Amino acid sequence: MADLKSWLLWPDNPALSVFVFGLFAMLFLYAARKPMHGIIHSTCTLISHSTRLVSRWLFLAADNMRQHNQSVLFTHAQEGEAVLIEREFERVGELIRKDMQEFPALQRKMLEEATRIEDDYRKCGIVPPPPPEWVSALESVAKIKSGGDIPRKLLEDIHKSIQKIHDKTVAEFRRSYEERHKILKSIQPAWRTVEKLTGEIDKKMVTLHTNAKQIDTHMGTFEGIRNKDSKTEHALTMSSFVQLAISSLVMAIAAGGAFINYKLIALPMSEMVGASDYITSSLKTSEVAALVIILMEASMGLFLLESLRITQLFSRIAGMDDRMRRRLTIISLSFLIILAGIESSLALMRDMLIADKASLMRDLASVAPTESDGVLSSIPMIGQMVMGFVLPFALAFVAIPFESFVHSLRTVIGAGLVQGARGLGVVLRFVGLLFKRLDRVLELTYDLTIVIPLMVERWVTMLRAGSPTPRSIETDHTDDTALTKSRRAA
Amino acid sequence: MRNRLTYLLIAVCMMFSSACGDGGAHTHGVYMLVDTSGTYAKEITKASKIINYLLATLNPGDSLAVAKVESRSFTEKDIVAKVTFDKRPSQATSQKRAFKEKIQTFAGGAKGSAYTDITGGLIQGAEYLNETKSGIKTIVIFSDMQEELGKGTVRDFPINLEGFRIVALNVTKLRTDNADPRLYLDRLSQWEERVRKAGATEWVVVNDLENNMESILATR
Repeated sequence: MADLKSWLLWPDNPALSVFVFGLFAMLFLYAARKPMHGIIHSTCTLISHSTRLVSRWLFLAADNMRQHNQSVLFTHAQEGEAVLIEREFERVGELIRKDMQEFPALQRKMLEEATRIEDDYRKCGIVPPPPPEWVSALESVAKIKSGGDIPRKLLEDIHKSIQKIHDKTVAEFRRSYEERHKILKSIQPAWRTVEKLTGEIDKKMVTLHTNAKQIDTHMGTFEGIRNKDSKTEHALTMSSFVQLAISSLVMAIAAGGAFINYKLIALPMSEMVGASDYITSSLKTSEVAALVIILMEASMGLFLLESLRITQLFSRIAGMDDRMRRRLTIISLSFLIILAGIESSLALMRDMLIADKASLMRDLASVAPTESDGVLSSIPMIGQMVMGFVLPFALAFVAIPFESFVHSLRTVIGAGLVQGARGLGVVLRFVGLLFKRLDRVLELTYDLTIVIPLMVERWVTMLRAGSPTPRSIETDHTDDTALTKSRRAA
Repeated sequence: MRNRLTYLLIAVCMMFSSACGDGGAHTHGVYMLVDTSGTYAKEITKASKIINYLLATLNPGDSLAVAKVESRSFTEKDIVAKVTFDKRPSQATSQKRAFKEKIQTFAGGAKGSAYTDITGGLIQGAEYLNETKSGIKTIVIFSDMQEELGKGTVRDFPINLEGFRIVALNVTKLRTDNADPRLYLDRLSQWEERVRKAGATEWVVVNDLENNMESILATR
């Protein structure tokens, strides 16, 4: 309060002091009106232009980034699709090769079956010889005019003979039909075999058809990639997001496994590198050593999968000749097995150390040792050893989601950067627009503080001009507008 | 490829070798003075428990020494047992077992002394802990803090306890303290003033040995 009073011209009369101060301030602000308007205008224009420039640059950069991302995305997707199509063709080729190899045998089998069926069919078609032409004989007998015993007896004999032959013929027909039925019955398995063979062919054709469909789908995507289709680009970008999410999840699970692994070997590592050595104030050497072992296991796993061509993170490995690649596979697998063995023994050592410490604690506390349950008490130890051996191999497979993570992360970051640049560009454009209009607002606000001197100025101008006409006011306004325009032009 | 692996292995080895010298700052050195004078000698079983607690709590690389307070304690002869634990946990456990044996033998045959030279013990403890180059140095005094010096024993000179933590354990009340508690309080405040003047970073009094044992050692 005392400080405030020291600023007053008449400390006893603050109202007067404030009034005089305000008057002086008003006069000063009135005198500085034009330079202040100029400063406001220049500053606003500068900010507006700068933001617009930066915004334009951001949009251009976003477009460039998008194009670059697109080309990278398409190139990568094209490679992936080419591999998939190649694999599908390989499958189809394999299928066709296999089937074509089997086809002559199948054809032969089917021909045999067909011949057999045909023979059987022919056999079925054999008709037994017709009975002798008794009818004509009978007709001749019937034409004899004179009756008597001789024709009657003759006819009776003939009737008997015919009856006999008829019975025989009927029996013969029955036997013949029976045989034919038997033949037809024997055809049944042949038909079944033919049906089965046809079914097999059908099945193979369906598989071939499915493969062909898949090839069609891949070819469609491939075509889309080749044509740089926006729909395909969107689909690929979305696929990258999904891939990133899935690979992140798998890697998080793997990180959990690595943490368990780390916990298994951190304590026994202190037996090897010392428990009281520190790298930094809070980082134990044994813990770092355990971490290094785990990272080396992961690296060996990565090299193993690279050399097996499951992943393709290192072009150098992918480009190696087969002999060298095989060597690398053997080396990395050997290292991995050695590391797994070390880890398993470390897990055993951990158990021993813990047991030893527990025994010491019991000694110090003068507590009687607990009786061991034999096999039951050794289960955790065996479990730890098995885990110690298995986890490095499980960790090796992290290379697959890692590759997916790396590739999809690039696309996702690229898409994020494009969107970020565009968003920032829009914000900056809005800010530029705001500042473009803000200078007038600020000028008017400034004028509001010196409204009394301005009114006096206008009054004096009117007095000098003679009479206050709306024209003069309009002119004044026009002058202001012209001034603003000239400033803008400048 | 081979070069990369070689470089990686070299880097790991270098990291390990460079890390080996940085252990001292994190190690704990504890020198425990056990008062064996007069009636306090019967508290030796409590002292054994404290030592067991220290053995259970200290880590590989730490140092521990137990010395008795006698008529003139500024001598190595009064050190009952001393050890710097090996960096390997398995070896450290064996050393702890051996240390415990030594303490048990000492506790079985402890004899009372005529005088109590706490200051001499403090100087001896400071010397020992400075030699161990421990990062955190703690002198534990298991005594009633009643110093009684024999004829010809000179201890009225400034001592150096720069960077030490001093922990007074089981400071029992004497018969005279019961009559006038100010004697007890004055005794403690005098000791605090003396050790702080000597440069001690911390002065802790622990009488509740059941629940407040963790105050003996500072957190790393």
